[in-house]
Amino acid sequence: MKPIIYVPRDSGALSVGAESVEQAIAAEALVRGIEIELIRNGSRGMYWLEPLVEVALTPGGERTAYGPVRRNDVASLFDAGFHTGAATAREHKRALGPTEQIPYLAKQQRLTFARVGVVDPISIVDYEAHGGWRGLTAALSLDPMAIVEHVTTSGLRGRGGAAFPTGIMWKTVAGAHGPQKYIVANADEGDSGTFSDRMVMEGDPFMLIEGMTIAGLAVGATRGYIYLRSEYPHAHTVLNQAIAAATVKGYLGHNILGSGRDFDLEVRLGAGAYICGEETALLESLEGKRGMVRPKPPLPALEGLFGCPTVVNNVITLASVPFILAEGGAAYRDHGEGRSRGTLPLQLAGNIKQGGLVERAFGITLRELLYDFGGGSLSGRPIRAVQVGGPLGAYLPESQFDTPIDYEAFIKIDAMLGHGGIVVFDDTVDMAQMARYAMEFCAIESCGKCTPCRIGSTRGVEVVDKIVAGTEREANTALLRDLCDTMVGGSLCALGGMTPYPVLSALNHFPEDFTKS
Amino acid sequence: MPVRSEPVTDAVETALARHKERPGALLPILHDVQHTLGYVPDDAIPPIALALNLSRAEVHGVVSFYHDFRHAAPGKVVIKVCRAESCQAVGGDTVIAHLKRTLGIEFGQTTADGQFTLEPVYCLGNCALSPALVIGSEIHGRATPDRVDELLRAARSGA
Repeated sequence: MKPIIYVPRDSGALSVGAESVEQAIAAEALVRGIEIELIRNGSRGMYWLEPLVEVALTPGGERTAYGPVRRNDVASLFDAGFHTGAATAREHKRALGPTEQIPYLAKQQRLTFARVGVVDPISIVDYEAHGGWRGLTAALSLDPMAIVEHVTTSGLRGRGGAAFPTGIMWKTVAGAHGPQKYIVANADEGDSGTFSDRMVMEGDPFMLIEGMTIAGLAVGATRGYIYLRSEYPHAHTVLNQAIAAATVKGYLGHNILGSGRDFDLEVRLGAGAYICGEETALLESLEGKRGMVRPKPPLPALEGLFGCPTVVNNVITLASVPFILAEGGAAYRDHGEGRSRGTLPLQLAGNIKQGGLVERAFGITLRELLYDFGGGSLSGRPIRAVQVGGPLGAYLPESQFDTPIDYEAFIKIDAMLGHGGIVVFDDTVDMAQMARYAMEFCAIESCGKCTPCRIGSTRGVEVVDKIVAGTEREANTALLRDLCDTMVGGSLCALGGMTPYPVLSALNHFPEDFTKS
Repeated sequence: MPVRSEPVTDAVETALARHKERPGALLPILHDVQHTLGYVPDDAIPPIALALNLSRAEVHGVVSFYHDFRHAAPGKVVIKVCRAESCQAVGGDTVIAHLKRTLGIEFGQTTADGQFTLEPVYCLGNCALSPALVIGSEIHGRATPDRVDELLRAARSGA
């Protein structure tokens, strides 16, 4: 039997040479006359081990991992017999043992990411064999309100950052009237330190398709759009391949699985505007306009895309739905704590030794993530600050590392979980410069609709510069706080309204960095 | 009004034929034009506006709103380097400074030989392997000045 060798096509793996490793394996096998089957999977999310090559001796058999594999490791891997499961292969310097037993992976609770890195992302057969479409099949047998009920029971909240209860949004759209309803997946994953949407789209795209189709059945929508950021060309390719495959097999399009229900899906590319991750700006962009934020109300649930009732959900939110329908809302709700139910795919990024994706039930602490999973900083220096929740998230000092991952616990410390990105900084970071960057980023990405964000961000950069330069430091610090107050209270959306979080947290927790000169 | 060059007319007509009837067609059309020409020329705007029943100002407004759309032809190879927090945390600024110094250009500029255009990007979603950059269509992680030199050499020789 031919051994099966997995080399990820995930763009993170590609960024450290997966393509050249795959070519080397294929070439080496050919030269040696060894028959192998090469499969391009997604990433397991252990990025410091990428390119992570896995070998299974039989289809569905236990997988053995090797990583990080370089092009010039390939010949010695064949010499050691990694393709035959030889004992000598276990001694190879890249050998990691059975993949599932690597502690980073073994300690996770992968509900949403169960298949990511395991399956061939564009094989519908693989998807089925690993529990795919069970949620859709269940949904097709249910009344629309019963689907919404499952989602409500699950306690699922918007994973894009707003944490709004998904069941309530779906119920609103289900009860709204319009000539057409839409499901929009927000795949404009622009927060630095986040890549979970990308991993799903590159590694298990059928899960997103299934989740969106279930949403369509629940609210009576027959059209869906995935609004994908243009920075994700690999995800674009995989999604289009998956949509084509699902359509051919009758999981998408007209008369889904003979049910008489329709759902058409299309990927639309953004064009490099961070603000289009804000749901109303996203809708404007989908309509072919400038990505300007709309005032709310009206809610997109009632007047969304082209003025019609629209569900706008983050990729992870929608990708969580197939599990909820397949296993029941209660099975999802049984994970987590308080009002934060289920799991959150966390992303460890920046100056971290073992960066990657960690899916765990709510309740795990930052410290466990940073040290037990992350292994401390990449540089080996002390971790001084972490930014949770992207460019609009607060900077947290070491004294707050015991905060549990929980929406309400983070609100209590004037922080937010956002999309679950955790960017780590060691003690060489200059927090005044990070505060300045937060304002600068807001100025670059502001849509310009409201004054606090458009003008406030530019003034913010100037005021930080004055504080750092020592110009009327006290007065300018008071001015910066006042400006932040105006932005929080007076901005139309989260960009202007939350840019003050990183700024004020830097100022409050690391004041010494503002007074160095 | 200047006469449109043939490639521009062709690119616009092809893009319009492909997307004109789709709801919210403007972004797909602009992406197509830029994909073909490398940028969205000013003289592409009037025919797009006419076809979509928009004013030229509206189309110009969309082109200028989005960071992706270029107003001038880029160099042979476009380099997009990440400026965001995760990359800053592991020396992204050093990589950016090195690129600017080596190429002798700032963001938004093209080298005199027309080889490279340097653009900032705010997150490539490769944050566990920061610093990240894209050269042409290839993404690279764990960038260092030395690694960047190797990649530039490879890009120059067309490898």
